[in-house]
Amino acid sequence: MFYFSYEKINPIELRNKLINKSAGAFVCFEGWVRDNNEGKEVIALDYEAYEELALNEAKKIINEAKERFKVFDIISVHRIGSLKLEDIAVWVGVNSRHRKDSFLACEYIINQIKVRLPIWKKEYYINGDSGWVNCENCHKIH
Amino acid sequence: MKKITLKYFAKLKDDIGKSSETLEIEAKTLSDVYDFISNKYSLSLSKEFLKVALNDEFSDWDTEIEDSDTIVFIPPVAGG
Repeated sequence: MFYFSYEKINPIELRNKLINKSAGAFVCFEGWVRDNNEGKEVIALDYEAYEELALNEAKKIINEAKERFKVFDIISVHRIGSLKLEDIAVWVGVNSRHRKDSFLACEYIINQIKVRLPIWKKEYYINGDSGWVNCENCHKIH
Repeated sequence: MKKITLKYFAKLKDDIGKSSETLEIEAKTLSDVYDFISNKYSLSLSKEFLKVALNDEFSDWDTEIEDSDTIVFIPPVAGG
């Protein structure tokens, strides 16, 4: 299951949804908003997504992870909107019989989310500047 | 002429100044549509850095468009 949240992510609530008597392992990844990026001091950021396509693509990623690794359940949530430092931007949780499958599936999912889902991040810097991450150096060469 | 809907996100939305529009256009492929939009709004984002989606699925630049299509040009992503 993957969905977007416009409100703060509650990691305990999500973890509790993955409790399973047959699972011997639970692994989760939390992506946090940090105060620096490429030498700039970050004070806040906005996330925006093309939600219809992102949800379609996220379903594919989760199905791929379930085919590749022996896991029971996968939950992932990504924030949209304005976030502050230390907020959770993305949460991925996996449970499985043994820990190795949970570790591998969790890493696979976050890596794929980062490269495949149409989600964008605008950072706001302490000097008053702002910019869309990964977009600001993609200009045409004249 | 084909009637298409364009949705804009992130840097493209900022550069164009709106989140969507409907156009009647002579273009044949998705690539042609981006060339038209890029010229219309003097966009700085180069096509080589973008992906493109047609009706909420990833597509290819040389895919031909049809009437009532919804098209999204996807700037470099930064989720997670």
